[in-house]
Amino acid sequence: MRAFTQFVQQLYGANQSQYPDGGQAGIREMRENALALFLQKELPDKHIQGWQQSVLNKKARTDYVQKLQPDPYRPLAEYFQCRVQDLHPTVLPVSNGWFISENQTVNVDEQGVITGSLFAAIRQYPDLVLQLLAHPNLEKENGLVALNEALFNDGVFVYIPDNVKVEVPMQIVSLMNTADPLLVNNRHLIVLGNNAELSVIQCDDSIQKESTFSNNVSEIYLGENAHLHYYKTENKDAASMLLHHVFVHQKSYATFTSTAITFNAGYVCNSFHVNLNEPMAEAKLYGLYLVDKEQVCDNHIFINHAAPDCKSYQLYKGIMDDEASANFHGHILVAPDSQRTAAFQTNKNLLLTDKAHVTTKPFLEIYADDVQCSHGATVGQLDEEALYYLRTRGIGEAAANRLLMFAFANEIVQNVAIEALRDRLGNMVQHRLHGELNVCAQCMLNNNIVFPISLEE
Amino acid sequence: MLKIEDLHVSIKDREILKGVNLEVKAGEVHAIMGPNGTGKSTLASAIAGKSGYEVTQGNIWFKGKNLLDLSIEDRAREGVFIGFQYPVEIPGVSIANFMRTALNEVRKYRGLDPLNGAQFLKLMAEKQKVVELTDKLSTRSVNEGFSGGEKKRNEIFQMALLDPYLAVLDETDSGLDIDALRIVANGINHLRGADKSIIVITHYQRLLDYIVPDVVHVLFDGKIVMSGPKELALELEKRGYDWIKEEYEQGKL
Repeated sequence: MRAFTQFVQQLYGANQSQYPDGGQAGIREMRENALALFLQKELPDKHIQGWQQSVLNKKARTDYVQKLQPDPYRPLAEYFQCRVQDLHPTVLPVSNGWFISENQTVNVDEQGVITGSLFAAIRQYPDLVLQLLAHPNLEKENGLVALNEALFNDGVFVYIPDNVKVEVPMQIVSLMNTADPLLVNNRHLIVLGNNAELSVIQCDDSIQKESTFSNNVSEIYLGENAHLHYYKTENKDAASMLLHHVFVHQKSYATFTSTAITFNAGYVCNSFHVNLNEPMAEAKLYGLYLVDKEQVCDNHIFINHAAPDCKSYQLYKGIMDDEASANFHGHILVAPDSQRTAAFQTNKNLLLTDKAHVTTKPFLEIYADDVQCSHGATVGQLDEEALYYLRTRGIGEAAANRLLMFAFANEIVQNVAIEALRDRLGNMVQHRLHGELNVCAQCMLNNNIVFPISLEE
Repeated sequence: MLKIEDLHVSIKDREILKGVNLEVKAGEVHAIMGPNGTGKSTLASAIAGKSGYEVTQGNIWFKGKNLLDLSIEDRAREGVFIGFQYPVEIPGVSIANFMRTALNEVRKYRGLDPLNGAQFLKLMAEKQKVVELTDKLSTRSVNEGFSGGEKKRNEIFQMALLDPYLAVLDETDSGLDIDALRIVANGINHLRGADKSIIVITHYQRLLDYIVPDVVHVLFDGKIVMSGPKELALELEKRGYDWIKEEYEQGKL
């Protein structure tokens, strides 16, 4: 048993009586089962497909602490505000792993849309939540998912009833503001009924010197002809590790579109596991990772074509500078009866220095015969001819480089359907390529004048 | 304006230009003609400063400065424009963004304030008319999916916006139908002025019906072997280049 595994066993033993259970005995049993599985599987290492290059085991420490309850309530506006113009989302805030609300109850609007803390939802709607809470195939996943299920603290719960189209985007903001080396296992559950529609923006932000380990799981259930537009961005400090495993379960005609943009992090691992469980479901996944210094970004994508007539499309792009490294592991599985599947995957990378590194592994596993599948990966430098052309028009070498890098990255940003968010992300990408901006300047959390107000005070 | 002295240029140790001498005064239009592979495009690339084109001897004086001492971008900022025979496609970079960046970098070099968005769009609309390009152009990626004629019109449009002192146009007429040729020629004539110079590199005389040159040069075997008035272009059109080759080989030129 590795040191981190031992540490988790001890941590669980010490803290288990304080883990919340929402008043449901089943939760404790779920945790116990998951812990046993984690002790067996441990953190994924080089023996697991796609984790050969992972720095996870090297980076995981054995002195993390868990926050076992939310910090005392303070109004959100006192310490967090997103000032992205014309984006007026419903904010669902999570601080140090706990949903922030004054009275610890969920919010239900006039259309029946439920939002709030996962544990509040377990208490108030046990029938709705419990059947979807445990991961359906835990033994098939790597140890990280079991780790989350054993230790999970709070998370966000969202339920959209049948036929409800939510116009206002929801923004899940996960803040880390702590002097402790926190281990956080958030669990988010997003459920869309038949013909429902929603946009979710997931922002992960932090500024602190202490290293933290976030190992989050989102379970997303999409009913027939439900449509989820999912946007994900990370702005983390160099000391943090952020792993997020997003599981999507789609019924027929459901669509899932995601755009995941990584600006900064010590170590970020974005994993999407999409199950196209019924015919005519469709998934589009776009990703962009911009890493420099010694940052590491892993992308794991698994598209499970479990039914015929489904479509999936992946386009992931990365720019690696300095000594940064990235990993793209894209797995498409087409089951024997999944005829007329269309599955496409592209991964393109730019390496800006000799020491930057990328590993790209497309992996197609096809058991049906009537399919249309393709994959492609490129690793390269900027186009010399294009650079020359720009310079002959008076554009300096550095500016020409940036223009071409932005063009490369912007292909991903263009897929963001919310205009205010698209403009903001485009602007952030531009600043990121200038090396000017390490964090979202519109996030008040990152404004030094505001930030010193600690949640614990 | 431009004075090229004894210019020798090699690509990968193979000498392409073997001592070119050329002087173009302000207000003049010069045509450089000659068969394929004699160094016409190499001359344009050497003026632009393209890497891989090694100048082993000679100078290129432009408005009192030696271009060989300047970077690619500084040559452009000084007022040199190269119109390419095969302009590259740059997916994801809009023409508007590209040209605004370029124009403002040139202005900064010359100590001028940058143009704001509105000022730039106004200027762009004005220059688009010169080459009869539609509004849709500004949002399109540079040359991406453009026809041959559109690419050449885009070159002339860029030239009109940047308003250079010297334009070197490398086979801007190739691949154009008669209407596109007229539009491109109008764009080039639009630039002409007492303080502007143009070098037109071409195989054919037909562009010179529209842009009447002051001097026609023949580049052969890496050297300018013959220069004459505009009638020389007509003679070359009629007689071809074989007689030049013969006379050159006999040492008459």
